[in-house]
Amino acid sequence: MLTILMAILIPFIAAILIPFIYKFIPRINIGWFVLVVPILLFIGLVRYVPSVAAGETYIKTISWIPSAGINFTTYLDGLSLIFGLLITGVGSLVILYSIYYLSDRESLGHFYVYLLLFMGAMLGVVFSDNMMVLYVFWELTSISSFLLIAFWYHRKQSRYGAQKSLLITVTGGLAMLIGFVMLYAMTGTFSIRENIAAIGDFTNHPLFVAALVLVLLGAFTKSAQFPFHIWLPDAMEAPTPVSAYLHSATMVKAGIYLVARFTTIFGGEEVWFYAVSGIGLLTLFWGSLNAIRQTDLKALLAYSTISQLGLVMSLFGLGSVALNAGVSSDSILYTQATFAALFHLINHSTFKGALFMVVGIVDHNVGTRDVRRLGGLMSLMPVTFSIALIGSFSMAGLPPFNGFLSKEMFFEAMLMMRDFDVLSIRSLGTIFPIVAWIASIFTFVYSMIIVFQTFFGEHQPDRLDRKAHEASKGMLIAPSVLAVLVVGIFFFPNIIGNYLLRPAMAAIYPTFLDVDQLTPHISAWHGLKNNMPLLMTIGVVIIGFLLYISLHRWRSLYSVGPMLWNLDTLYNWSLKQMESSSTAITNYYMSGHLRDYLTYIFGFFLFAVGGSLVLLGGFSFDVSNDAPILINEVILVLVMAIAAVCIVFVPSRVTAILLNGVLGYSIALFFVIFRAPDLALTQIVVETVTTALFLLCFYFLPELKREKSVRSSKILNGIIAISAGVLVTVIALSVQGNKLFDSISIYFENAYELTGGKNIVNTILGDFRAFDTMLEVVVLFIAGIGVYTLIKLKARKGERDVED
Amino acid sequence: METLITILVGILVTVAVYLLLSRSLIRIIVGSAVLSHAVHLLLMVMGGLKKGSAPLLDENATSYTDPLPQALILTAIVISFAVTAFLLVLGYRTYKETGLDDSKELRGFTDE
Amino acid sequence: MKTNDVILRTVTKAVVFIILTFGVELFFAGHNSPGGGFIGGLVLSSALVLLFLVHDIETVQQGIPVDFKKVAAVGVIFAVGTGVGAVLFGAAFLTQTFGVFHLPVFGDTELATVVLFEVGVALTVVGTVVTIILSISEDV
Repeated sequence: MLTILMAILIPFIAAILIPFIYKFIPRINIGWFVLVVPILLFIGLVRYVPSVAAGETYIKTISWIPSAGINFTTYLDGLSLIFGLLITGVGSLVILYSIYYLSDRESLGHFYVYLLLFMGAMLGVVFSDNMMVLYVFWELTSISSFLLIAFWYHRKQSRYGAQKSLLITVTGGLAMLIGFVMLYAMTGTFSIRENIAAIGDFTNHPLFVAALVLVLLGAFTKSAQFPFHIWLPDAMEAPTPVSAYLHSATMVKAGIYLVARFTTIFGGEEVWFYAVSGIGLLTLFWGSLNAIRQTDLKALLAYSTISQLGLVMSLFGLGSVALNAGVSSDSILYTQATFAALFHLINHSTFKGALFMVVGIVDHNVGTRDVRRLGGLMSLMPVTFSIALIGSFSMAGLPPFNGFLSKEMFFEAMLMMRDFDVLSIRSLGTIFPIVAWIASIFTFVYSMIIVFQTFFGEHQPDRLDRKAHEASKGMLIAPSVLAVLVVGIFFFPNIIGNYLLRPAMAAIYPTFLDVDQLTPHISAWHGLKNNMPLLMTIGVVIIGFLLYISLHRWRSLYSVGPMLWNLDTLYNWSLKQMESSSTAITNYYMSGHLRDYLTYIFGFFLFAVGGSLVLLGGFSFDVSNDAPILINEVILVLVMAIAAVCIVFVPSRVTAILLNGVLGYSIALFFVIFRAPDLALTQIVVETVTTALFLLCFYFLPELKREKSVRSSKILNGIIAISAGVLVTVIALSVQGNKLFDSISIYFENAYELTGGKNIVNTILGDFRAFDTMLEVVVLFIAGIGVYTLIKLKARKGERDVED
Repeated sequence: METLITILVGILVTVAVYLLLSRSLIRIIVGSAVLSHAVHLLLMVMGGLKKGSAPLLDENATSYTDPLPQALILTAIVISFAVTAFLLVLGYRTYKETGLDDSKELRGFTDE
Repeated sequence: MKTNDVILRTVTKAVVFIILTFGVELFFAGHNSPGGGFIGGLVLSSALVLLFLVHDIETVQQGIPVDFKKVAAVGVIFAVGTGVGAVLFGAAFLTQTFGVFHLPVFGDTELATVVLFEVGVALTVVGTVVTIILSISEDV
């Protein structure tokens, strides 16, 4: 049986192999090889369904960095299984679709590598129990999404969209990372399961709400919630299979997954309820409102995805009330919202996936996605039309499609908010169903736009790039499968309910022991009595129909007043500001002067080291352990001091070199005095060779000129130099004053027993710390090669110049 | 003795930093050489001076000078030689190519 | 530039061999008394540098037809290789060992694998130093 670890790794392994297969078997479309991966994984995961439905969970830990609490822990429960099935299931269909969608001339190798990378990362996100591992996979999905959006990188819009999505999602991801670290700071573990168990004691911790908000930021950016939704429409520059897969069915749902997963941790907090349901509702409304104004079908679908994600998000927010209220028969009611959320999540993936593929087919076959140019395609593309009809009507919430069921449950949950007084917002609670209802009307209108403006009305062949015709059979397989699912789920919703949603509910609400209560029976017909949701749906259809008919009259409202105000403009403006100000700042301090850079370095050194020395009061002065001073040593010190000071002032370079030599040889003498024979020998020889080298080079270098620097900069140099010298002296004296650690050199005095050598210094170099010495030798060698190439490379270039 | 040497180190560092901040390439290279001298002495001081005989076990002394700083310095001497040599050749090469010896004038110099 | 350097040339002939011998002596003394790979290598290379300074490069290279870049490379390989060798014997990277052997001429002699490592160090030092000096001189 497929283990979860394998499920995560297989896409990555396949991603490594694909380039080779692509290169060596060019005749068969590479997509067929890729297709095997998600199908196998899907089958493997389906086999887990019965046991997970029976309440089992699978956990496996591989130690990775145990000292930092980071382990590669895979965890499979009901919630992650739903997402795993979506990722692999929709993944299979999308890859099948893309085989027909993308032409052979595209760089398919790259495309499928990115896609597999994404699939593996996404599976990693949903199957990881460790937050750090989850974070890594999370960012990897952002990166692969970036690569896929920019797949047609020669287009400016693709690059723009890719950058935008990366900036927004990665920023959110970083916020999430900080939130994770805060959780770790509170509970001391990175494991989500252990956090769930431990978090109860920390709800009053000052970091708790901060961590909550930061984790939500990650989820909201990823799931394109208002005001971060702006990246999703621009991400539509990606090839349509990618849009269908990443930007509708899976990646944008990672944020939903995160919210679902962390509901158990944060759900009891009021802030969580307000943020998740409030932002979700706002996104639902804003997305549906903006979808109507779009003329590009893909942009319309993008906004509709935003809106539907908001719907799911708001339901999760409502569901968290159950945790706030504690375990009781009343609060069980609120869990129904979560149930509806999970159900709609699956439904959305089916109908939205189908719709994206339909739009892809239209685009592929007639060369445009602009609704103003489309029309009358019904008779020319009957199968595509049927699928579009099924998908749109499901999205609009009409029977007999699965969208109807979840929309009804959505209304029911929203209506519940009227009776909701846990957080004492009884009057505010009425707003929820009203906003939901208005948003649903807009949803109905844009769903109609997709079907009627594309497939009905007048056919305008002269405005299309290509002659319209039905798509190839292969291309229709994937959307047809999804369309069949849309209808199938309507008739047999409880299969999904019992096998997938029930264990997921158990995962989200571990404190509610009676899982059966958490899982309502889904039915399409609730009877006439007290059936408010049905009335709402009927109202949506009637008003939506009227609005659709009168669309041309009120569409102009979009160009009035606040509708023009745009978050994209804000994003573009701030991006531009950031770019120009960072250029300005960089240009300001990257002056190109070596002296300036050294000034920064020394300045920082003085500031940081000197500052902390003063702050910590680390200075202490103790001369009691000093060795006695002899007269010859004083002379030597004086010689060196004078030589050093003279170097600064001598006008002749040869004198400067010789003075440097004086310093070197004096140090060699000091080494003799300080009982370091090896050092003395080495120093003498090195000094000799260095001086020879200096003289050799300086023979060709110009005579020292008087420094042309201005007086003020000379004074500044002097100040920096003197402060550096003083600081070093003070620190060195302080270090001698406080012996914090005992010497470890006693160990080396056993050199003879350990290594057979009697020269301790040499045994340290050759035996105890041979690794250092080895690397040192390598450094020396590299320097030698560097010198050699510096000189020879130039010579060769000179030859080339002659040839020219 | 340690205090005296530490002060000497301070003087050497001052000179080295001043040279490094100057504009002439030669001075900068000499500055880096002086700086490594200073560091070698500093390392030596940190281990304590004249605390025993040379770290050779044949001497049969009761106590030895700390051998660890010596090993570090030995490594440092060779590395600083390599660095100085590389810098020298870099400066030499720069002068040959551009005819300039002034880091300020070299700014923004394009080879091609 | 023609200068009278007869004395230098004559002295060099004698001194170079003294320095070379001294270098070898230092190299082998290394484990027990001052000396070792670095110092030995440096002394050897200083002797070579003296040769190059006194005579011209062509003459010396006829006498010592060695590519010093390769010497340095061989040295690095030696130093790293002894480390790998230790791994092959199942010890940690760069583990050195030693033993006292009874040899017919030298009597009880201590042999240590660290010598191989030191050979690598010395060769690298010689190779690098001479390469640096030669590169600059040849460029002139």
